[in-house]
Amino acid sequence: MISAPDVVAFTKEDEYEEEPYNEPALPEEYSVPLFPFASQGASPWSKLSGAKFSRDFILISEFSEQVGPQPLLTIPNDTKVFGTFDLNYFSLRIMSVDYQASFVGHPPGSAYPKLNFVEDSKVVLGDSKEGAFAYVHHLTLYDLEARGFVRPFCMAYISADQHKIMQQFQELSAEFSKASECLKTGNRKAFAGELEKKLKDLDYTRTVLHTETEIQKKANDKGFYSSQAIEKANELASVEKSIIEHQDLLRQIRSYPHRKLRGPDLCPGETAHTQDPPSQAATTSDPEESADTDHYTCRPTYTPKLIKAKSTKCFDKKLKTLEELCDTEYFTQTLAQLSHIEHIFRGDLCYLLTSQIDRALLKQQHITNFLFEDLVEVDGRGEEKQESARPKPSHDRPPSRSVEECPVPQVLISVGSYKSSVESVLIKMEQELGEEGSREVEVTESSSFDPQENLDYLDMDMKGSISSGESIEVLGTEKSTSVLSKSDSQASLTVPLSPQVVRSKAVSHRTISGDSIEVLSTCPSEALIPDDFKASYPSAINEEESYADDGGGAIHFQAGLSPPELGEAQEGGSGVTPSQTDSCCIGREGGTLRVPLSTPGHTLSDEDGVVSVPPQRYRQKDQEFHMDFSVENANASSRDSGSEGFPAYELDPSHLLASRDGSKTSLDDHSDATSYGSSVISTSSDRTPSSVPPTGPSSERHKKRAGQNALRFIRQYPFAHPAIYSLLSGRTLVILGEEEAAVRKLVTALSIFVPSYSLHAKPVKHWVSSPLHITDFQKWKLIGLQRVASPASAGTLHALSRYSRYTSILDLDRKTLRCPLYRGTLVPRLADHRTHIKRGSTYSLHVQSVLTQLCAKAFLYAFCRHLHLPARGTEAEGLAASRQASFLQLNLGLVNEDVKVVQYLAELLKLHYTREPSAAGQPVLRFDYVPSFLYKI
Amino acid sequence: MLRWLIGGGREPQGLAEQSPLQTIGEEQTQNPYTELLVLKAHHDIVRFLVQLDDYRFASAGDDGIVVVWNAQTGEKLLELNGHTQKITAIITFPSLEACEEKNQLILTASADRTVIVWDCDTGRQVQKVSCFQSTVKCLALLQRLDVWLSGGNDLCVWNRKLDLLCKTSHLSDTGISALIEIPKNCVVAAVGKELIIFRLVAPTEGSLGWDILQVKRLLDHQDNILSLVNVNDLSFVTGSHVGELIIWDILDWTVQACERNFWDPSPQLDTQQEIKLCQKPNDVSIHHFTWDEENVFVAVGRGLYVYNLQMKRVIACQKTAHDSNVLHVAKLPNRQLISCSEDGSVRIWELREKQQLAAEPVPTGFFNMWGFGRVNKQASHPVKKQENATSCSLELIGDLIGHSSSVEMFLYFEDHGLVTCSADHLIILWKNGERESGLRSLKLFQKLEENGDLYLAV
Repeated sequence: MISAPDVVAFTKEDEYEEEPYNEPALPEEYSVPLFPFASQGASPWSKLSGAKFSRDFILISEFSEQVGPQPLLTIPNDTKVFGTFDLNYFSLRIMSVDYQASFVGHPPGSAYPKLNFVEDSKVVLGDSKEGAFAYVHHLTLYDLEARGFVRPFCMAYISADQHKIMQQFQELSAEFSKASECLKTGNRKAFAGELEKKLKDLDYTRTVLHTETEIQKKANDKGFYSSQAIEKANELASVEKSIIEHQDLLRQIRSYPHRKLRGPDLCPGETAHTQDPPSQAATTSDPEESADTDHYTCRPTYTPKLIKAKSTKCFDKKLKTLEELCDTEYFTQTLAQLSHIEHIFRGDLCYLLTSQIDRALLKQQHITNFLFEDLVEVDGRGEEKQESARPKPSHDRPPSRSVEECPVPQVLISVGSYKSSVESVLIKMEQELGEEGSREVEVTESSSFDPQENLDYLDMDMKGSISSGESIEVLGTEKSTSVLSKSDSQASLTVPLSPQVVRSKAVSHRTISGDSIEVLSTCPSEALIPDDFKASYPSAINEEESYADDGGGAIHFQAGLSPPELGEAQEGGSGVTPSQTDSCCIGREGGTLRVPLSTPGHTLSDEDGVVSVPPQRYRQKDQEFHMDFSVENANASSRDSGSEGFPAYELDPSHLLASRDGSKTSLDDHSDATSYGSSVISTSSDRTPSSVPPTGPSSERHKKRAGQNALRFIRQYPFAHPAIYSLLSGRTLVILGEEEAAVRKLVTALSIFVPSYSLHAKPVKHWVSSPLHITDFQKWKLIGLQRVASPASAGTLHALSRYSRYTSILDLDRKTLRCPLYRGTLVPRLADHRTHIKRGSTYSLHVQSVLTQLCAKAFLYAFCRHLHLPARGTEAEGLAASRQASFLQLNLGLVNEDVKVVQYLAELLKLHYTREPSAAGQPVLRFDYVPSFLYKI
Repeated sequence: MLRWLIGGGREPQGLAEQSPLQTIGEEQTQNPYTELLVLKAHHDIVRFLVQLDDYRFASAGDDGIVVVWNAQTGEKLLELNGHTQKITAIITFPSLEACEEKNQLILTASADRTVIVWDCDTGRQVQKVSCFQSTVKCLALLQRLDVWLSGGNDLCVWNRKLDLLCKTSHLSDTGISALIEIPKNCVVAAVGKELIIFRLVAPTEGSLGWDILQVKRLLDHQDNILSLVNVNDLSFVTGSHVGELIIWDILDWTVQACERNFWDPSPQLDTQQEIKLCQKPNDVSIHHFTWDEENVFVAVGRGLYVYNLQMKRVIACQKTAHDSNVLHVAKLPNRQLISCSEDGSVRIWELREKQQLAAEPVPTGFFNMWGFGRVNKQASHPVKKQENATSCSLELIGDLIGHSSSVEMFLYFEDHGLVTCSADHLIILWKNGERESGLRSLKLFQKLEENGDLYLAV
């Protein structure tokens, strides 16, 4: 990482004082601004105000037509997280600022009820008394039985740090939009199904009524109608009308404006789906047929019911739960997305900003990224994850016809929602400070999607009255940052706006407190800090503490996904308890969730107490663990926290605590085994925690541990430098040892120094017991090799000595290293055994920083045209070589063997860049004829 | 036996006693091959490599498949499946100038008693002959007459269309082991211990058909003839299992020179028992020759010998060039010699003029410092300094270690490096790392120009 602290400069040896090479100033876009408050002696870490909850969480609330605002569930679903924080109260707060204009009913001039496809509204709220600030995302779901067919919901990201909400607004909005889209897609599907059932009921009722009328007609042919007959006729007429209305609703819901979803990133499959609607419209005109096609799986089970003329009203009926409102599949998916959100916004703002800068910078050097970086993170990890975790349309179903049935993953992610957040939304709030503050909220959304719809919004006034004398702070809503569009990272990093202003302003707002409603800002474009300020925050050194205590929730959340706990979690318990017997789907989900849960839990308890358990046991468990994950994958029923690539045990705080002191071997073993397992599986199911390619936070953990072990290696072995040089210069390092756990651990640790060939995997083989072959050296650059005491190992050792020119051999048992001499200055900076860095994560950042620098040099070397091509056609051969040498030495400041490192990396860059997409071949094995030396401790 | 040199064993016995394998350290500054690519397609021993054109070669072996490779990229271009048993001979079959199709053809013979003509551009099996009585062990092309010959237990003459023109009677059960063309429409076939000269009679006005006549049998070898090559316009050379090297006049088929001293049984009387044990007769079998204008380079057992055609004597030798039998040798243009062996290694030698005065007394440390790579030379240099006999020496300048089993053959490409094939089923492409790096740079900048921008490509 570029922004890592530069401890390097102070450890440089003096003997290379005559440095012919002056570091040129960094280009503007790469320079990371210093921490703006450093002069005031402020801590870069945000201080939590007196919040009643321990960390950020997500709250889903509903404005129930029966009981009013109520919290439904929290993510993570752990009472410890929100502690004494009053969810009911806060639900009331957040639900009372629903600016959504959802109007369903009989609009004037229309014969039938009309559905509006309402944009979600995104608001920032603050409650300084509670010390809670929230990003609130309001959305409306359709429910046939609800008043006006709509059920207002909201999802809120609640944090004690106001700045976090403000600064991460864009990101929060984008992520929550994904979740919302998912929920709404599921809801449309469920609503359409509901309508179809209802239509069938009505149809059946009509038939019954019709027959009855006929009978009556026949019964009395006296020429006049009895009141009974008239009543029947009226009933029949109203049923007819109802049928037409419902058909119209069905048509409306089916004709959901798909153009909204359209975008440049549509994959071919999606376009195929989105082209479906015309045919759908055709089918929906005939309810019978559409019922045929749409729900033929559930048709056999559904028998139409007779509908009473007067339906029972409101309060005696049970409202549908959120899960019932959406398709179960979509619901779990949404929960997964939300837990994903919870993960990515976890931690201090400073840390988040730093990692965002980090990612933005990494994006700028995508040519060299594949060498050392985890590419998954770089290419918008959200997208990747979504894609892979999104359940595929299950195969046991008939091919889906209705659009609602098609999961539209990419669309949801990449298109409208994110862009739309750039559009400006103006919120005017007029407060009336009275006993009953009634507010009129005007929502103005200038949406570029559909002018027609725009008009709808503009017309709409929603009046909501809140019976609350208490305060609500509206900090801001969607901002207009279209000028500072984030699409160009270059631009976003260079706009220099002063962060001080923002901070101080915020502080002044803070001082207003108490029960009054605080409107911190109504002009969103001003109030919200553009992304560019993110660059103005200094590098945060991510230490273990930052996560040490927040791990527990994830496990609980996993548990929370299974139905009983879910019910438990909602405090009112009024509507949302998913009934376990309801559908087979839920049952299945519960089952699959429990299996992976129990396994890591078991492992945990083992590990905590007994460190001396042989590593094999862990491995077995791990395999089991992976298997479970794959089952989960297959079902695609949930995306719990495992979807982050977290094995649950990694999250356990006790582990992290254990990992601090000396007795962390078990954890290391575990993780090594884990990464081994995944590299063996290597089918890139990104749920499995792995070093190749590591995803998201798990990779951070992995990095941290690898960094810790690498640090230990560097301190422990005086010959760490030549060993690391071997790795950097592409000479295979074989780690020979009897004990698998130790070898694996070291292999994992040293793998941070191994340049990759491509973005797929690091050329690292954790454990081999068979004799090595020439192809192994071509394929792997770091190999853990088993030393067997028996004579069988003779072959292994023979092969090793035969191919000794291609390898450096680190004998873990005898503590020796056989490898070429290293006299450069690069590795001492990278791996100084006297370094003051103590923590693994810091060290891995340091390594990242040095390696990034190295990559830049390799890039310059590889892409400097004049170095490699003859200046003139008739140039002597040696000239280019001498130019290269002088460039490496004078311009890049490389000495001795460092040149080889850069040359090797440049070769990899060239190979990577020129590789044909079709040729997936391995790179050549490059080697040097240089003598090796034996190092001993 | 240790007096392995010509000139009648006049060299001091003491120096010749120990002749350990010459080794070279890890520092090989003159070895240009710093990059390798392992090519994997065969499932059995790869025995044959044949160059098709500037950038392609074909490999064949015991698994019966022929694979066409790109020598530059190591890309597998084609896999030719057709033989059911191991391939015993392979030659290229240049197409006629007159012919419209310029496709490169190869002929392969197999133990399944078939010969197949392949089109190496399309991978098509052009034609197949399966009327052989015995396995065809060697193939020869007489381009002048536009016929090809197959040698098994008998010798058959075929035209381009694969019509059998004529054949000899059954020659021997062991069959023809080698076949070369010599002037006057003659061919020499090695059959066991004998060499048989055949003359081909092309159809003229008088006679209608082709005919092949046995002209002469040469019985000078005492053991099976293993190798037979055409050295120049004047002579051809044969080598036998017991280390006899005979140079024949190509026109009148007489012995020009004979070298039998690779294996001289008489001195064995004095030598110690253990040395005798390890020096089996097949240690002097002549497996392969290569030649240039002046010299014939002979692979004798584990050693390499350079025989000067003019001086008619061995001018340089390396008695134990390898740990095991040398299977193939080739002369490179730059006075370098490459040998491969059953021990799985490939070694690069340089033929140097013997410098009687200079350099020899200089301490090795000096050379070492300057990276001349002569670290072990003093300790284990086995070259016999024979004042009058040898005037050159073979210096080991590098070895290529990659194969885990016997290296059967190799092929040298001027532009792309060295291709080796081995009993470990692998083919390794050895390349000059520096040159490859330069080529990659070239490719990189070409691609950059095509894309116009760095950022479009990835």
